[in-house]
Amino acid sequence: MGKLTRAQFISLRAEAKALRERQGMQILVCAGTGCVASGSMKVYDYLKTAIEAKGLKVSVELKDEAGKKGLHLKKSGCHGFCEIGPLVAIEPAGILYTHVKVEDCDEIIEKSILSNEVIDRLLYEGKREYMHRDDIPFYKGQHRMVMKDSGRSDAEDIYEYLALGGYAAFEKALFEMEPAAICKEIVDSGLRGRGGGGFPAGRKWESVRRNVSDVKYVVCNGDEGDPGAFMDQGVMEGNPHSIIEGMLIAGIATGASEGYIYVRAEYPLAVKRLKIAMAKAEELGLLGDDIMGSGFSFHLHINRGAGAFVCGEGSALTASIEGKRGMPRVKPPRTVDQGLWAKPTVLNNVETFANVPNIIMNGAAWYRSVGTENSPGTKTFALTGNVVNTGLVEVPMGTTLRKIIFDIGGGIKDGKKFKSVQIGGPSGGCLTEEHLDVPLDFDSLKKLGAIIGSGGLVVMDEDTCMVEVARFFMAFTQNESCGKCVPCREGTKRMLEILERIVKNEGTEEDLYLLEELASTITETALCGLGQSACKPVVSTLKYFRNEYLAHVRDKHCPHCNGRKKKVIIDQTLCRGCGKCKATCPMEAISGDKRSPHFIDNEKCITCGACWGSCPFGAINAIEEG
Amino acid sequence: MNSTIDLQKVAAIIDGYGCRREALIAIMQDIQAEYKYLSEETLELIAEKLDISIAKVYSVATFYENFSLEAKGKYIIKVCNGTACHVRKSQPIFDALHDYLGLTGEKKTSADGLFTLETVACLGACSLAPAMTVNDEVFAKMSPESAIDLINVLREKEAGANG
Repeated sequence: MGKLTRAQFISLRAEAKALRERQGMQILVCAGTGCVASGSMKVYDYLKTAIEAKGLKVSVELKDEAGKKGLHLKKSGCHGFCEIGPLVAIEPAGILYTHVKVEDCDEIIEKSILSNEVIDRLLYEGKREYMHRDDIPFYKGQHRMVMKDSGRSDAEDIYEYLALGGYAAFEKALFEMEPAAICKEIVDSGLRGRGGGGFPAGRKWESVRRNVSDVKYVVCNGDEGDPGAFMDQGVMEGNPHSIIEGMLIAGIATGASEGYIYVRAEYPLAVKRLKIAMAKAEELGLLGDDIMGSGFSFHLHINRGAGAFVCGEGSALTASIEGKRGMPRVKPPRTVDQGLWAKPTVLNNVETFANVPNIIMNGAAWYRSVGTENSPGTKTFALTGNVVNTGLVEVPMGTTLRKIIFDIGGGIKDGKKFKSVQIGGPSGGCLTEEHLDVPLDFDSLKKLGAIIGSGGLVVMDEDTCMVEVARFFMAFTQNESCGKCVPCREGTKRMLEILERIVKNEGTEEDLYLLEELASTITETALCGLGQSACKPVVSTLKYFRNEYLAHVRDKHCPHCNGRKKKVIIDQTLCRGCGKCKATCPMEAISGDKRSPHFIDNEKCITCGACWGSCPFGAINAIEEG
Repeated sequence: MNSTIDLQKVAAIIDGYGCRREALIAIMQDIQAEYKYLSEETLELIAEKLDISIAKVYSVATFYENFSLEAKGKYIIKVCNGTACHVRKSQPIFDALHDYLGLTGEKKTSADGLFTLETVACLGACSLAPAMTVNDEVFAKMSPESAIDLINVLREKEAGANG
């Protein structure tokens, strides 16, 4: 198809919408990273072959469907509940089958495709009440705006996106709105950056719009480096056109005609889906020169990261796009003034851009109706760790942790007790039970010493050692420190050494003060946001879980790392008083006369185990205390 | 696997990007996708064609974790050590593979040249933790035992292909 005019675009969208409404049965096999890893593509291939073998026509793209009432087999985007995958949805009946294997396919075809039966055993928890996706508790508490169409449509088919109202906001912005009005709408909506900082997106756009420059850029940060976070991956794989549309609108609003999407190297599927989406949009003339005859041009490029966490920082990311080492620089100048190639640049996160089309279509007031006063809209969290239901959870800002972890997440795995939730990745903090009812928004978390960050929520149960967790994050940050500034490069290394020492029960109480001192120095003097926030996991665990540090440094025994405390006893009936144990004990904790039963002083004993190895009569044993 | 690097092909990759300096990272990614590592000659050729110093090429190649200056095994195994995998015990999987493949200290590739063992910070498959990849294919909910089984399957496949 050639490049579209506005009129052609409107009729194409109407046509796609009509096709989608008219279509017969659709089978959506989830093709997100999680389900693919669980074998969903084998299910897809088997279904396709087996259905065709029955002589039924299978279409895989919406536009193939014109006039035919066949079966539509789609590769859908991520449903967000990867744990119960591979997922197969059957529409319009609205059935969601979980844990689908190739062996189940014949039964699905016979019962649910050729006739109208429901296979109970494949439903969530095998229960009929959970036949529809939104009946499942995991989905019930969610409010999906960004993730709305992911899982319900084919991520590789631009017609599906158009059928669901896609690119309508772009068309509106292009023909009916002035750049200043677009910026104002985004400012009024209160949309804040979803990448971590929570800076108002509209203010960034407005600054870039006001800047005079021959070239301006729009950059999308898809370098989702926080370990334990994968919501941007879900959007890039599940609804790539929403990101492209958001970037296009940013282009109109700021006068930029070049865009870059920077995706981390570990997301090959996201790169693939974005490339397909870009190619299809170019084919229709939604990207390129003189879009729909409006005079507006926009060219989009994709860059793959190469495994550097620091590239999630704005100035490091733009340096990486320029082909350089991804190291942050001193600010100001800000990215909005001098970003990519020192030109004014709008740099937003994937989820931020994906929110834009909805705001332009429905207006700022509509957007503000969800979320809180200062943090409107929704936020997608990646809920993982020791929680029953793991996956992507999109909820209004201001939702409490309790609701996310216990209502949506189903509580703690294996009936254990909740201990802590780590929020915001290596730049965030660990919160405790007392924070479960705090509304999650940018400002309230900041007060607690955590951040929303990109939205990773790692739940930890009662068996987790928080000192070990702090060590884990420090090891990550230390490894990822770019090495440019001294506080981060040297400071994180020293902090890691101290933490390693403490975990091994070789630390002292003085080390805790040293950690605090180092943390405050690094936080105040590091060059970039990553360095400044690198100590948050340590500071927050020192604040909320100090007793666990004390167990390591004072008692030299952590109940989580070293098991329950042991007590050594000498069986008085078996002991012959040979004295071997007394001679081996390094702590001189054993006493007793020759040829009469010996005793052990548990105050002195360090349960090193030397004595029970030395006893020829098997009289010495260690028992668990308590 | 292509163990020797065909410099003509490397040159073609660089030309494909029009010898643009800003494409340095993309060029090295494409070369590495082909040969799994970047040799000294490769870096020299890139420097020459992009007209930048070899030091600059080296500095970028060593900055990013993904680039390797050493040849790798046929199968690159990456055990995820992201937070979610870590709290669901990914370290024992790494340790089991490390022992099973007979790796020590700096040595990351098995003696038969088949396997290279690495960690990765997060694969984004957190719901299916602990996860690992073999040449970019994701394997979910692993255990030390299932990881070793996987090695054995791959070894048998190789033995079958060669015998």
